[in-house]
Amino acid sequence: MDLPVIWFVLIAVLWIGYLVLEGFDFGVGMLLPVLGRTPADRRVLLNSVGPFWDGNEVWILTAGGAMFAAFPYWYATLFSGFYLALLLILVALIIRALGFEYRAKIDDPQWRKRWDIAIVIGSAVPALLWGVALANIVNGVPIDAHGEYTGTLFTLLGPVGLLGGLTTVALFLTHGALFVALKTDGPIRVRARRIALRTGPVAALLAVVLFVVLGSKHGSVQSWTAAAVAAIALLAALAAAARGREGWSFAGTVLTIGAAVVAMFAMLYPNVMPSTLDPAWSLTIHGAASSTHTLGIMTVVALIFTPIVLIYQGYTYWVFRRRISAQHVDPTVPVGLPSGDATREGSARAAG
Amino acid sequence: MDPVAVARWQFAITTVYHYFFVPITIGLAMVVAGFETAYLRTKRPDLLRTTKLLGKLFTINFALGLATGIVQEFQFGMNWSDYSRFVGDIFGAPLAIEALLAFFMESTFLGLWIFGWGRLPAKLHNLSMYLVAIGTMLSAYFILAANSFMQNPVGYTYNPVTKRAELTDFGAVLTNKVQLITFPHVIVAAYMTAGAFVLAVGLWHMRRKNVGEDLPMYRTVTRVGAWVTAVSAVLVIITGDIQGKIMTEVQPMKMAAAEALYNSASGHAPFSLFTVGSLSGTSEKFAITIPGLLSFLATGSFSKPVAGLNDLNAQYLQQFGHDPLGLASAASYMPYVPLSYWSFRLMIGLGIVALIMAVATLWATRGKRVPQARWWFLAIAIGPLMPLLANSFGWIFTETGRQPWLVFGLMATPSGVSPGVGAWTVLTSLLVFTLLYAVLAVIEVKLTLRYVRAGAEPYEPPATSDGNDGDAAEAPMVFAY
Repeated sequence: MDLPVIWFVLIAVLWIGYLVLEGFDFGVGMLLPVLGRTPADRRVLLNSVGPFWDGNEVWILTAGGAMFAAFPYWYATLFSGFYLALLLILVALIIRALGFEYRAKIDDPQWRKRWDIAIVIGSAVPALLWGVALANIVNGVPIDAHGEYTGTLFTLLGPVGLLGGLTTVALFLTHGALFVALKTDGPIRVRARRIALRTGPVAALLAVVLFVVLGSKHGSVQSWTAAAVAAIALLAALAAAARGREGWSFAGTVLTIGAAVVAMFAMLYPNVMPSTLDPAWSLTIHGAASSTHTLGIMTVVALIFTPIVLIYQGYTYWVFRRRISAQHVDPTVPVGLPSGDATREGSARAAG
Repeated sequence: MDPVAVARWQFAITTVYHYFFVPITIGLAMVVAGFETAYLRTKRPDLLRTTKLLGKLFTINFALGLATGIVQEFQFGMNWSDYSRFVGDIFGAPLAIEALLAFFMESTFLGLWIFGWGRLPAKLHNLSMYLVAIGTMLSAYFILAANSFMQNPVGYTYNPVTKRAELTDFGAVLTNKVQLITFPHVIVAAYMTAGAFVLAVGLWHMRRKNVGEDLPMYRTVTRVGAWVTAVSAVLVIITGDIQGKIMTEVQPMKMAAAEALYNSASGHAPFSLFTVGSLSGTSEKFAITIPGLLSFLATGSFSKPVAGLNDLNAQYLQQFGHDPLGLASAASYMPYVPLSYWSFRLMIGLGIVALIMAVATLWATRGKRVPQARWWFLAIAIGPLMPLLANSFGWIFTETGRQPWLVFGLMATPSGVSPGVGAWTVLTSLLVFTLLYAVLAVIEVKLTLRYVRAGAEPYEPPATSDGNDGDAAEAPMVFAY
């Protein structure tokens, strides 16, 4: 393996990290209206991902930055080509981030409701569109001789793209529900498990159709193997969930998402963005890559710092490993400042 | 409609907006961490209350900085794809490293800090905020290295086979002389901004009629803010002065534009405080000038010559006008002079106002004094905006003064824009971001003001016992959301 191929693999690893991690917080965000029936339930859901979602999101910034550094032509064609889809994703991620951070800042049901909507939309839109984007990257898009994407937003929203998007939505719903089942206690835990058992088979069905469609054109032994691993892992996850083994079932969807990304990158190889207009115009790993010098430096940096990141991010998951439940929510403690004009009388309260 | 113009407007609006939140984040993280350390050392309840108040204000500000920061990274590929292709081999690496080293650190440890009250051992909790602060500075370092390459490209070679600039010396990119002075200048400017914000928060409460026994606490907040602002402002001036001389060396056109100096001055070039009338260089103008100051700012000597816009333009036209690649060709190599001229003055002027305000506050709050005069309210209301806008104008000066270059001497701005993205598409995103950002600004400012006015929460003894050594099973749950 030469450096461009190593970086192709590393980009896959970053996408796996992103989709596995943000996948569950997208799922939790989308499930907010379904699982969060009471205010306390909603707080349990949001706090279950509270310490993690921001760190999870950095994986896409790292993946984007790494694509820029290691494959500038890929980054340039993809980001300028998928322009409006990325615009929607950016808007969604912005309102979602603020939803998490601002929702609990004012103690007012209307305020919270608005941010709830922001979180749900902000989770659903990227969950759908990342799937659309990945399916299109693998399946190929119209790219001209100059490496420019010549389609529109609606080219991306064709049958294969939509199938990819629905697959990631169903997969993240399942993944998120299993995360909730793993991280909470009480009735919400049971309901989350039940949701996963309902969305899981849908995700499995969609994923199988997606991989057959994509694989019929781009399949290889490696990609079929990875796709099979993904399918088996998903079925195993559902079986484990049915028996109440939440840890194992969550591990199952982690493996599903990871193997699915591997399958997609295996189908992509040796291209990074196949052209549907003329195979000669496809962007390839070696054609799109940076110089060996740059890739060498990046490799050293990645080898040193990725383990450090994994250690402290893992530590966060360890610190906040305890299950939380609605019982932990104290309804008498106000969440944020009171609505209206009332301000805190610092001195009076401090004295009392 | 010119797609280059729309893409430039989008970059300007999203970047200036993003940078409203960056300086406060960089500076406030360290102030919050410092207050927490002071609390851990002394166990004074006031210091914990202050830590929590400023910590809340920090998270409100950080959220919007983070949310708008993602746009910045995506935008290079979306609107400037030919730029990304041409310099990606050099420019991409600092961005990727910024994400890997800095963004993970900031976001992970901020999560630990917000949700870790009473769950993490106290010292580790405090360390988390220091790591957030270090993360913000690492982030600044790498993104400024990328920006400095655009001002003064180093450590690269042009590869005629791949038709792009390629990295030859990453160490040179990270130690670009523009970078080595821009980084400290930006960091101390950020501290100045955060300091002025902290000052205003403290001073507003100090002057509150019912402040009662919280007065000493808010006096501390005010004076810490004022000291941070004043010391940083002095350092901003020192670093800015050095930066000006390096700029004259590598981008003389920018310095000439800063003074609207059309004709080269053989020595003792004056610096005008302001000018009435056109800055187009064609007509007489009225200006208040300080003799020799421009020479001093540009070269360190009052008597040295300073190159003018016309001479430099003629030189550049000869040098780059017939660039075989076509990437560097431009009809004129002058930036838009009035913008350079005024943004330079506003940067310096507003920064000096911030310094004066901080020193005045230190004087007015000495001993047990509480500044009572009415106009102090004005200082509270607009005081924090002074250094904030000085930061904005500094960047507007730096970036527009580089024009028409995208990468100085290598690539003109129109050459970098995405060829496959139509002007209407960019306009759509420009409008979407502008409207969204406007709405979010209103929400953010309202929320910040509300939390500022609410002030510090009453003291609650920390839930954790220090002997628990982070045994999370026993620690209380934190429901920050």
